[in-house]
Amino acid sequence: MTKTNPKGFAKNQIPLYLYLIPLAIFMAAPIVFIIFHAFKPMDELFMFPPRFLVYRPTMENFNALFRVAAGATVPVSRYVFNSVVVTLAVVFSTVVTASMAGFALSKMHFRGKIALFTINNLALMFVPVALQIPRYMTVAAIGIENTYFAHILPIVATPVIVFLIKQFMDQVPDSLIEAATVDGAGAWRIYLGIMIPMVRPALATGAILSFQMVWNNIETSALFTTSESIRTLPFYMSTLAAAGGIAGQGMAAAASLIMFVPNLLLFIVMQSRVMNTMAHSGLK
Amino acid sequence: MYRKGSPYLFLAPYLILFFVFIVVPVAIAVGLSFTNFDAIQRPQFVGLLNYVNLFTQDLIFLQHVLPNTIIFSMIVGPGGFALAFFVAWSLSQLSKGPRTVMALLMFSPSLTTGVAIGVVWRIIFLGNPQGHLNAFLLNWGFITDPINFLANATFIMPIVIVVALWSSMGVGFLAMLAGVLNVNPELYEAASIDGVKSRLQEVFYVTIPSMKPQMLFAAVMSIVGAFQAGTIGVVLTLSNPTPHYAAQLMVNHIEDYGFIRFEMGFASAVSVVLLGIIYGFSATSRKLFKDD
Repeated sequence: MTKTNPKGFAKNQIPLYLYLIPLAIFMAAPIVFIIFHAFKPMDELFMFPPRFLVYRPTMENFNALFRVAAGATVPVSRYVFNSVVVTLAVVFSTVVTASMAGFALSKMHFRGKIALFTINNLALMFVPVALQIPRYMTVAAIGIENTYFAHILPIVATPVIVFLIKQFMDQVPDSLIEAATVDGAGAWRIYLGIMIPMVRPALATGAILSFQMVWNNIETSALFTTSESIRTLPFYMSTLAAAGGIAGQGMAAAASLIMFVPNLLLFIVMQSRVMNTMAHSGLK
Repeated sequence: MYRKGSPYLFLAPYLILFFVFIVVPVAIAVGLSFTNFDAIQRPQFVGLLNYVNLFTQDLIFLQHVLPNTIIFSMIVGPGGFALAFFVAWSLSQLSKGPRTVMALLMFSPSLTTGVAIGVVWRIIFLGNPQGHLNAFLLNWGFITDPINFLANATFIMPIVIVVALWSSMGVGFLAMLAGVLNVNPELYEAASIDGVKSRLQEVFYVTIPSMKPQMLFAAVMSIVGAFQAGTIGVVLTLSNPTPHYAAQLMVNHIEDYGFIRFEMGFASAVSVVLLGIIYGFSATSRKLFKDD
């Protein structure tokens, strides 16, 4: 019989491990490979036959990455600065706007509520990459090309984050809100004082999903900006990767690692909150 | 339920951005798809001509892009979804410590960027003896000359599919893992009294029926993920169109016509067809996992 979440190890788990472990290795190997590759000195990058492991780890690739950047028109610190500003702005705005919308959709009565939620569910299917042209035209029409707003505004509205926060808010008992209303609390006090503290796991999940989207985003730099000084770190990394060559490989691996580590750390810290949120992710 | 206050004030910031950057672009794409537009002169209305041309004149679309998209999306969409469910179901039967570590390993490819995916898999499939797969095959005597995997029409599509599946364990996978773990254990006991014997029967009669809403959410996420992943071919081969159009998908076709040839009207028609296909997949999932 299927026994979920057992307390410890049992013999009947052995068959599961027999295929889960190889699969986990296949999934993680390319990432481990990137880590090793980023620390390989030049002669190990050129080595034949190529090796998976690094023997004499060095920081050469990282140094080269920053040297190349220093020779370019824009120092790498500028890309880092742009990325940090844009990421903070997007994550903050996304969590605020999505939790406000989620609160209204979950706990307030108004005309068109069901229709709005249905439209949002439909928009879960939105694939930005399929609509690059009209998205570019919209950004150009508003006149925010080559500004930070071009990185921020187009990716703040994320239907899946609103959906997850709304579903989580549905779990907050209405009686709590009624009691606060009797005590004279207004909508804002209920939102800030009751909802926000109670749905922290969902907010954390929204923040991490939004972080992944913006931190890795190349599209906004490639489509909505033309000036190097306003572009972000992942875009710069992508130009390095495209430059190719074996030396380029080492630098690109170093760059990929720099992009990957914050993602991983954030997810590890937040994983229990993410799983808690996912328990309420049902779509009907 | 809170009855007073101003719901529209709470909704406004999200709805405005949603409208401007999601609804308007869809509307523009639909509008432009009926025009001839080169991004410089005013769009000219041409009716259904772009759609007619797409399905009758565009040989690259008919011979490569459409079949590629169908193969790719069938394998990576439903295939990736089934794989994610199978892994989630298996992981749910482990104790918490090992389960968390393994789930993290499975999920980790979703944390990488498109660029990183390109970097690592390009090195593995590099066409000279320095490529890791070539080195392995040469070393063990399977081949005598290195294969140029990423320029060879036979290999590009399977490689793109493997890489897309590799990165397919995303949010949907996490949702399903949470879903399987939340199935009430008493249901399995009840089912075994009712004569359900094998694990496979349990999956179909107990597990899936009790987590249909999560299955649907994960299905939608898999579909979106599969179509988002359409850029992998270009990332790996560093060229659009991909060599011999071997991994050319609709997403790449849109970019090719929109940003390389500046035939924006035609590209928009391809976008609209793509949105239609995504909607079709998602409507099918809704039918399958309708919670009744």
